[in-house]
Amino acid sequence: MKRREFLTMPVGSLGGVLLYTLAGEAVRLPAQTQAGEIRVPLRFFTAAEARVVQAACERIFPHDANGPGATEAGVVIYIDRQLAGPYGSDKYRFTQGPFVDSVPEHGYQGKQSPGEIYREGIKQLANFTELPAEQQDQRLRAMETSMFFRMLRQHTIEGMFSDPMHGGNANLIGWQLVGYPGPLMSYRDEIDKVHGEAWVRKPVSLAQVVGRPVSGWEDEKEPK
Amino acid sequence: MQQLKPVDVVIAGGGFVGLTLAKEITARTSLSVVVLERGQPRKMSDYATGMDELDYTMRFRMMQNLAEETATHRHSARASAVPIRQYGSFHPGTGVGGAGEHWAGISYRFYPEAFRLATFLREKFGQGLSGDLNVQDWGVTYEALEPYYWRAEQLIGVGGKAGNLQGKKIDGGNVFEGPRSHEYPNPPHKVTYVCSVFEKAARDLGYHPYPVPTATLSRAYTNPDGILRSGCAYCGYCVRYGCMIGAKAQPTNILMPVLAKHKNFSLRTGCSVRRVVHRDGKAEGVTYLDADGVETMQPASIVIVASWTLNNSRLLLLSKVGEPYDPATGKGTLGRNLTHQVSQSTRVFLDKPLNAFMGAGGLGIGISDFDGKEGLDASPGVLRGGNIRLMSTGEGPIASFGMIPPGETQSDWGSDFKKAALRWHDRVASISTEAEHMAYRQNFLDLDPTYTDNHGDPLIRMTLDWTEHERAQGAMLTKVHAQLAKAMNGRASPSNSRQLERYTVTQYQSTHVNGGVIMGSSPDRSVVNPWLQHWQVPNLWVAGGSAFPQNGSGNPTLTILALTLRAADGIIDRYVKRPGGLA
Repeated sequence: MKRREFLTMPVGSLGGVLLYTLAGEAVRLPAQTQAGEIRVPLRFFTAAEARVVQAACERIFPHDANGPGATEAGVVIYIDRQLAGPYGSDKYRFTQGPFVDSVPEHGYQGKQSPGEIYREGIKQLANFTELPAEQQDQRLRAMETSMFFRMLRQHTIEGMFSDPMHGGNANLIGWQLVGYPGPLMSYRDEIDKVHGEAWVRKPVSLAQVVGRPVSGWEDEKEPK
Repeated sequence: MQQLKPVDVVIAGGGFVGLTLAKEITARTSLSVVVLERGQPRKMSDYATGMDELDYTMRFRMMQNLAEETATHRHSARASAVPIRQYGSFHPGTGVGGAGEHWAGISYRFYPEAFRLATFLREKFGQGLSGDLNVQDWGVTYEALEPYYWRAEQLIGVGGKAGNLQGKKIDGGNVFEGPRSHEYPNPPHKVTYVCSVFEKAARDLGYHPYPVPTATLSRAYTNPDGILRSGCAYCGYCVRYGCMIGAKAQPTNILMPVLAKHKNFSLRTGCSVRRVVHRDGKAEGVTYLDADGVETMQPASIVIVASWTLNNSRLLLLSKVGEPYDPATGKGTLGRNLTHQVSQSTRVFLDKPLNAFMGAGGLGIGISDFDGKEGLDASPGVLRGGNIRLMSTGEGPIASFGMIPPGETQSDWGSDFKKAALRWHDRVASISTEAEHMAYRQNFLDLDPTYTDNHGDPLIRMTLDWTEHERAQGAMLTKVHAQLAKAMNGRASPSNSRQLERYTVTQYQSTHVNGGVIMGSSPDRSVVNPWLQHWQVPNLWVAGGSAFPQNGSGNPTLTILALTLRAADGIIDRYVKRPGGLA
């Protein structure tokens, strides 16, 4: 049996509450201030792979003056779970051959699943975590039209802004960043009244809205 | 093969069409009706935990599983087709309710002249029409269909404002539409900020804006079957989702509760129909794989094929009912006149937040000043137009992130991108168009020679591409988009301007794929008669968007429902009393 792998990170690095300074800078207050580490069990990546993906996602959606980035949202945890689930192994894509190249209008016609594309793509990022940010950007820029990078970019956005049941958007940090209130059941009283002003509320997750635990497709045993 | 006892009616497909027919037949006769649905049962309570953008919008959780079955596509008969491996330019559903669960609810009627389009175009353009046009009359007039439109609108509870009530034009409605016998059953939706900006811009330009008609209820409503549904809450989890409060008309909330009361109705889920069994011009029943994978024969006196458009053609082709269409000779009817819809959109960047996460699938303002036969004079060569509208359908934070005016950043990742994306987040609207798609000799359906489904049956093959005409339609309409965007004080950016160069499988356009089993007044040029009854096999009915000889400009569901209700009358009031051809 494969040894269980973990991603280890400082307790205060995930999630938190977003505040804005008078100058308009977004500042994150960590949810936990004590020292120590959290160990996230990995479903798909090895610990080394997870660190590479985490570093690459951080360059795609960095922590900066405009607010928190992919690391604080836990994007790598999101991607790990997606790749371990039915999406990562192509349970919902037509994967019968023959596989032939076609025109761009027909989209991806390859045989490789997202999981396989990641495994191969990560190999091209050897030593990535040891490089300074500028060199990391250069490495990513050189591969930015590849299928691997396009997936990584798309999955980073997904991990930032999907419901936390999928592993990312820790403490709804992504929704705080864009002012999304979460899947509220009704805007009947607001929809025709808020004209040209942002309607902002402290965001809530789907589990909070429905009042019970919820899980994503990736957590279901049998695809249906 | 497991042999079952005969039933009176067997229906392949438990979506809007199949369940509407089942409801009409079981409510009005004592005939036994069995509906076979390949997907799973669904109920409203399933949908509350479905307010999840990732699984439903990004991963298409309600759609047909393409791993099991898809379609193939090629641009012309000279090319070879490849499978549509992932979604996708259209989104077929699966499960009870079919695509009728995840639709938007937009409920247009088609224009009166659209039903006699071949005659209309000949009268207008004489002999100057392209020889490749396969446009045909439907064999049913708008006037004959109008009572059924009205019944369909009541069934699903459409809200809107009439623009033509018994010939009287009414400002504030779509003044270009055909005459209605009644005002809409419900008033229009509430209007969002961005829709009000669009409405004012359209009015200032001299156009005729109207609220888009929709089956996402604008208030609590009881339909003629006694089904009470609550008004829409504008939660925004609408298109690609099932409605968790039942405000959006779906087969599971308007048809299943009625069907549950009728003992002569039964629904079998997990059942994939594989063949219509027929001999000597008579359908004997269908064969299917049941939920346990057992090959089963269900004999029936009447067989109704009511699956999604492409699947209707496929089932008939696999069953060898009728003569497949040959584009080289023009002979044969099955598979001809495949159409989609001419979709174009323009992004409008505005300077104020829109709260675009609030909305409903059918909430919008439209204009039809360049739709149908209107407004085409300045665009020579354009035969038919399309609607132009701005919808507040409810934007999720994933799909709407990163829309930035062109040229603002070099990259679509990194710090600069993040800054620009946050700057423009929730300040983007989309002006969109759905224009009529003409039928052409070269666009058709047949069985793919290479690729098969998970049972080993050939996939359906689409041969489809755009022509100069669609590009001219798109150019005409996107010019108006830009004009409207400017009047809204927005920055316009065409978001899919290259889409009409070649048919593009990777970009969602609409699920309005039609044709293949088309209706008409002559068996030489259509598969089913104007009652949706097969010309050669009178106890076989094939209903759905597959019957459209060419596509109209509005969303097709209401027209599909009207044709279905008319077919139900044909079966119940005429065929059952005296079996035989109705036309």
